[in-house]
Formats: sequence, structure tokens, C-alpha cells
Amino acid sequence: MSTGASGAAGSASQDGGSGAASTAERTPLLEMRRVNAHYGAVHALRDVDLSIYQGELVCLLGGNASGKSTTLKTLLGMLTPTSGEVVLDGEVVNDRPISYRVARGITMVPENRRLFKRLTVRENLQLGAYLRKDSDGIAADMEHVYELFPRVKERLGQRAGTLSGGEQQMVAIGRALMSQPRVLLMDEPSMGLAPALVQQNFELISQIHEAGMTVFMVEQNANMALGIADRGWVLQTGRVVLDDTAEALLANPALRTSYLGGGKGASDGSSGADGTAAG
Amino acid sequence: MSLAEPPAAPGPSPSASPGGDGSSDDAPPRPPFAQDWRRIARMGAIGAIGQIFISLSNMPVKLDGRAIIEGVLSLGYLSLVVLPLASGSRVGHQIRREGVPHHRPGAHEIIGGAACGALVGGGLSLLAVLIANFDLREPLVNWSPILADLLGFNRGTAFAVIIWLAIGAAVGAAGGLLRVVPPLARRVLWTMVLTLFGAAVLESLTTDLAEGMGIEGLIEWFYAPRGGLTITGAIALAAGSGVLAFVARGRIKGAKSRIDALEGPARNRANLGLILATAAVLVILPMFAGKLTNELLANVGLFVLLALGLNIVVGLAGILDLGYVAFFAVGSYSAAVLTAATSPKIHPELPWFVALIGVVLLTGLVGLFIGAPVIRMRGDYLAIVTLGFGEIIRLLFLSDWLSGWFGGSQGITNIPGAEIFGLATVAGTDPRSVFYLVLAFCAIAIYVSWRLERSRIGRAWMAVREDETVAEAMGINTVNVKLLAFVVGAVLGSFSGAIFSAKVGSVFPASFLILVSIVILVVVIFGGMGNIVGVVAGSAVLIGVLGGPKQPGLLAEFSEFKLLIYGALLVWMMLARPEGLIPSVRRTRELHQEEMAQDAWLRGQTEDDNGGRDATASTAATSGSTVEAARLAGESA
Ligand SMILES: Nc1ncnc2c1ncn2[C@@H]1O[C@H](COP(=O)(O)OP(=O)(O)O)[C@@H](O)[C@H]1O
Ligand SMILES: [Mg+2]
Repeated sequence: MSTGASGAAGSASQDGGSGAASTAERTPLLEMRRVNAHYGAVHALRDVDLSIYQGELVCLLGGNASGKSTTLKTLLGMLTPTSGEVVLDGEVVNDRPISYRVARGITMVPENRRLFKRLTVRENLQLGAYLRKDSDGIAADMEHVYELFPRVKERLGQRAGTLSGGEQQMVAIGRALMSQPRVLLMDEPSMGLAPALVQQNFELISQIHEAGMTVFMVEQNANMALGIADRGWVLQTGRVVLDDTAEALLANPALRTSYLGGGKGASDGSSGADGTAAG
Repeated sequence: MSLAEPPAAPGPSPSASPGGDGSSDDAPPRPPFAQDWRRIARMGAIGAIGQIFISLSNMPVKLDGRAIIEGVLSLGYLSLVVLPLASGSRVGHQIRREGVPHHRPGAHEIIGGAACGALVGGGLSLLAVLIANFDLREPLVNWSPILADLLGFNRGTAFAVIIWLAIGAAVGAAGGLLRVVPPLARRVLWTMVLTLFGAAVLESLTTDLAEGMGIEGLIEWFYAPRGGLTITGAIALAAGSGVLAFVARGRIKGAKSRIDALEGPARNRANLGLILATAAVLVILPMFAGKLTNELLANVGLFVLLALGLNIVVGLAGILDLGYVAFFAVGSYSAAVLTAATSPKIHPELPWFVALIGVVLLTGLVGLFIGAPVIRMRGDYLAIVTLGFGEIIRLLFLSDWLSGWFGGSQGITNIPGAEIFGLATVAGTDPRSVFYLVLAFCAIAIYVSWRLERSRIGRAWMAVREDETVAEAMGINTVNVKLLAFVVGAVLGSFSGAIFSAKVGSVFPASFLILVSIVILVVVIFGGMGNIVGVVAGSAVLIGVLGGPKQPGLLAEFSEFKLLIYGALLVWMMLARPEGLIPSVRRTRELHQEEMAQDAWLRGQTEDDNGGRDATASTAATSGSTVEAARLAGESA
């Protein structure tokens, strides 16, 4: 794991209140500058600006089909923006393949975890380290994953598809950590988990973050996500309509009406968020 | 035979669920006559139509010449009792679901089986009546008096009607009985049946081997002069195998699980022992075998080699290549051009082993050339395009345009045998040496597959097979990785081609029909995709018994029905045992656990008993999210 000096930086931005003030002089680890992205004729992202700093835990909120997954895909390189720039550590990586970005520290935990179901847990973890050549480092990181999730160690030889939902989540995160990421992109980590596991899942993410990992999390569960995040954005039909600290977002009445009602509110509350976008 | 209830499935049953094996019959037997008559009628009708179809395909008449047991049972009549037996057993099947009572089998199953079997047999009664009264020979060429005589045992229509109802009922009842008898008895029975069938199928092989070892006398006692087991021989075999199965009860499984439980060096030693034993048998056996047997073994070996190659493409990387024959063809032709003096355009007349380098390079290039545009497509599109390329390659070899190079439809003839470092010449006139050469290449292919499966690149292939998008997100260059699988498969296929041309001594475009691709694919699926042992065993058994696209197998009588049987097998495999004949333990566990999860989910739903196996299978196939839901349900409970 890259347990560099990120801990200090992370806490700095955590209590910094407004992200802009404390981060003005630093370059973001990962950044989107006025990005537009299309699927054929579908305009999925519209002038999206995001910046994620080392050591932060930030989240992107939004209803169904608002473009959250598309944002992550564009950051990882599965989709090329039609305009604007994706910047990794100061370098524009628009034309770089996924492997380049993974090797330089971006990793995604995909929606629904999507483990390689018929492969063993061990093989899943090994695949996370696919681009790495340092077998000693890989072995050390394996051990690290076992420390983090003792359950995973017990199930190494088992097929990933036969694990329980909670165990699958552990393997999915473990697999992502195996690539030695600097920033972890998580697509709706609580989706499809049993209610009892959702809380545990957010605790896990915050634990990983506290160990020094930069996390960019996409969620529909706004309340829980903002409870652990430093900052957040709200996306609506491909456009960033809110950009604020977690506390401010939580206090924002527009967001409150649109999201905090849970799953039901998310679908019908989008007009509420729209009102504040102008302000 | 194989359509009937398969013998106890290998692999551990998931421990988490209460649905064990036979021990959880928690409900009393169902009353004998309270049958689900609609289910019986439906299965009976389907079976009857199947019987009529089999009869009109002429299988019974053609196969009647091949005796299983002298004067008692021929392969032809056997083809008519398989369906009653299978449906008689099937109709008594209860879907095991958690929370749904499972009745102890009893008279209910036997009577249901008999009724269903009688209906299936009744299909033949109906056919006999129809043949006697109407003449439909015009569209249906096999609508003939010969068939009528066979159905009526030469005693007329009325006899045919009665006897087939009776046979159907008896065989169907036997099928039902199979559910009732204790597992041990069932295993003993199955062993006896399979031994008799196996002995009859292997007749030419065993006779040939016995001659090689000088023990013809014994064989003459077992086999009748005009083919088939003698009655005394059959009884002796059945008794012997039955006693063996009884004595060995549990021991084989025990030994196997003990080997499976071994770990580390002990496991390796056990594996090595098994491999050496197999190798020893395969090396020694051909020494006693005559030309025909060795010819058969060599053909089987060529197809095993092809299957191993395709297994990398389909089984490991998940690329559904329907044009695999292209690489067999390119391998054969390039070996022919490089070694034969009669090659029309260029004829370097290289020694075989040197030519092999050229063969590998050429096939690798062709693999790249075909693969590069194709590999970006997904699923169905890829399958169809590869199908096209397979044909295009053959048509190119056939074309006038390239006939100056490859001889068009005349092909290339007088290809010399393969010279092995001046030690021996491997040619078709000496099939034993061909077999040894094939065996060596199979060993290489197995080793390579085995190593690849456990390597970084093998993992990348499997990741692409499982979920291409996520594989990409791991940083795997999916296009390159799949292309590599395609090329490795192509090269393995070309080895088979190069040996093939040296063995046959000539290559023609007609040797590389699309059929070859299909047969290899069936064989790979039959054995269990991605599982080396399964693929080797599956292809050896299928090609050995049924034969290749043009090569005869042990049951040469099957030749015209080969494709029908391959097709039926494929459909049945996909429905009943998607994990293949010899599934890897991992795979069984997964498939069965999905079923269990499905059960857990169904528990909450309304009971629906008519769906049968098919419904379970099809929902299981599309139930990624359902399974998830079931797991979650289990977790929160
Ligand atoms: N592969 C695709 N092809 C075409 N349109 C897509 C594709 N994936 C997503 N979209 C569209 O892009 C928009 C944003 O989708 P997505 O980013 O998946 O939303 P979210 O993750 O917020 O639910 C939606 O309108 C969706 O229909
Ligand atoms: Mg999404």
C-alpha cells in the first residue's frame, strides 16, 4: 500500500472547511476539467469539473442515470471525453489507455463489485495486481489484504461467486488494493448489500481512508456517504449542480429533500436539487 | 444409454444446504395411483415422438446389424429402449427445494414410470399401425416394410402394437425402479450395464489386443463369432462387474477424496503417479494392438490435440471460435507445401521437423491475420465471423486462384512421412508410430495448457472470459490477450494438421469441412470447457466411439447418425450438465451452489412443480441478481 505522507494532507483538508482555501497551492491528484462525454448521441457528462486531492475522501451523489458511473469510467479511461481534460497528477491523460492510468495509481471497484465469479478468491486478488511485476511487493500486499480482511484469507481457494455479499465486497476492495492505488474509485459500494451490511461497508471505507488512501466514491445513499466524506458533488443529468463540503451538503435543504428520504426520494427529488443549482 | 439418469454426480455436495443425497426424504411416499397424469402424458408424448423420429431416421434398422449380446439385444433395439427408460426414470423426478417436502420414492415412481414408458413405447405401436395402413415412402424413405418387420419382430402389426406397449411399460417401470432401489444397488446395476455396453462397444479393440497378446481363446469365449457378447460371456461379465462394484462400494470415491485432500508434495506425488501410470498404459498398449486399432488411436489423438488447442481459445479465454478448422487446414497445407516434392509452386522438401517451424510461423501469422479484425467483436458476432473465416480458408485452398500453389480440388499428394531425427519415419503405413508422435504432441499440449492456466496470462484469459469490462478495468489489454489466445490455439491446431498431412500423405480441401470445427467444439463442451482432463477424456471417448467427421470410430455403424448424435448430445449437455462430463470440482460446486441459492429464493415463492429441470436450468442461467438476492436474504436472516 502507498502509505506515504497522505495522512497529514488528508486531515488538513478534512478540517479545512472549504476545499478551495486549503488546496489552492497544491495540484490535485485527479482532476476533471470541463469534461464532456457522450455515448453516441447521449450526452452523458456536461462540463464537469472535479478535483480530488491526495488523502481526501470525496463523494459524488446523484440519482439514477445522472452520469455517476460515466464519470468514473471517464476517469479510468474506459470512455474518452469528447472535450475537456482528465488530469492525473498534473498530466493530461485523455489519450492514455486504462493500463497506463492503473499503473499510475487509479483503480476502480466497479458497480455491483463484479468479481470474476468462477475464479478463486486468490486469482481475483492476483488479477488486481495484473500490471505489477514486483512479486515481493505483491506478496506483501496480499498479506496486507489478509490483515484488513481475515475472512478473505480463509476463502482463498473458493470461487468468488460463492461468497456472501459482504465477503464479495471485501474481495472487491482487496482486488482493487492489490494494484497499489493512489486513488480508489468506488462505484456505489453499498448497492445490493443487505441493510445490516451497509453501515459496516461505510465503516470499512472510512477505515481504508484513514490508513491513507484517497477515495472517490459514487453513491446514491447520500446520508451515509456524506457522513464519512470530506467533500461532495451532486450530479444531475450529467451536470454538477452542487459542490460543497460534506457538512454543508448535509445541511443543504435542497439535498435534504432530494436524497435524505432514501431510495424513494432520489427518484422524485431531482427537481429540488435543481433549484439550488443556480444559487 | 447416456440419456438416462446419470450415475451419482461427482464432486462434493454443498455442505451449507440440507438437501443431501437421498437422506433427506422427509415426506412419506406418494400414493401409487395419485399420479400427475398431465406430466406423464406430456413426457410420454414427447418420448413417443422421439421414438418415431429415431425409427424414421433408420437408426434401428441400420444398427440392428451390430449385436450387443448375441441373439438378445442389438444396438438397433437398444436405440429403441433408451427413451422409455430415460422418461420412465425422469417422470418420477422431484425437484429438490429447500422447504418443499421431498417424498420417499416407492410404488408411485414405478407405476408412473411404467405408464410413461408405455406411452413412449406406444409411439412405436402407432408407427407400426401407420406403416401397415399407409404408404408414406415417398417423402419418408425409411417408411419401409423392413422397419415394420423390425418393429413387429416379424410377427405382424398386432404383435408390434402389443409388444411395444409391453416393452415400454416394462422398461419404463425399470426406470422408475431405479429411483426406488437403494443407491448401492443402483450403482451396482449401472456398473453392470455400463460394463456390458462398454465390452460390446470395445469388441474390436479388445479382440485386437487379445490377438496381440496371444489370448484369443479367452476372447472367443466372450464374443460371438458374428459379433456381440455371447450369452455366457455377458452373464459372466455382468456378474463379475456387479460383484466388483459391490466390493468396491465407497472405496473408489474414498480413494479419490483422499487424493483430493492431499496437499503440497504428497499431492504432487500422487498426481505424478497417476500421470506416469496413464503414460505407461498409453505407451505399452499400442505395442500389442494391430493396425486398425492403432489407426483408431492415432485419429483419436489428432482430435485430442485439436480439442486441447480449442480449449485454450474457448475454454480459457472464452472466445467462441466456430472456425477452428482453419488452423488445422493451414497446418496441414503448410506442412504439405514445405515437405512434399509434389507441391505445385514451391517445394523446399524440408525434413518434417524443420518444416514444423515454418508451420508454426505460418499458422501463427494466419491466426493474427484472422484474429486481429475478429477479436474486437463480442459474443455472437465473433462466433459468426469465425464461422465465415473457417469456410473462407477452405475455399481459398479450393480456389482456381490459388490452385497454382495448393492444387485446387486435387490437393497435394505424395506427402512424405515425418522423419524423426533420422530415427524413424512416421507415416500412415505405420499407424503405431503416428500414434506415438501424436501422443508426444498431446503431452506437450497438455503441459503447455496446464502451465498457462496457472500463469499470469492464463489468469488474464479467464478474467476476460468471466467479465471483459472488469478485466479491462484491471489494466488488462483485452484485445492483445485474446489475440494471444487465438494464436496459441491456432498453433496447437497446426501441430495436429502437420501430423495429419504426414499420416494421410495427401491433403484436400474436402478434409477441412466446417464439420470438423463443430465436432471439436462439441467434444470440448462435452468434456467440460476449460478442464484439461475432461477435454482429453471427453474427446477420446467421443471420437473413439463415434468417430471424427470422416474417421470411423469403434461403433462404425454410427457413421451416418454421428452428427445427429453429436447434436443431441450437445443439446442435452447444455440442459442437464453444463459443467461437462467430468467437471472440475470448482465448477460443480459453483453450479450447484447457484441451484441451492435458487432454491432458497424459491422457498419464498409459490410452489410450482411443473417447471421441471428446464425451468430451473434456465432461471439459474440468468439469475445473477437472483442469486445475489438469495444470499442477502440468507445473510439478513
Ligand atoms: N454503455 C452505454 N451506452 C449508452 N448510453 C449509456 C451507457 N452507459 C450509460 N449510458 C447513459 O448515460 C447516462 C448516464 O449513465 P450512468 O453514468 O450509468 O448513470 P448513473 O451511474 O449515475 O446511474 C444515462 O442516460 C445512461 O442511459
Ligand atoms: Mg451507475
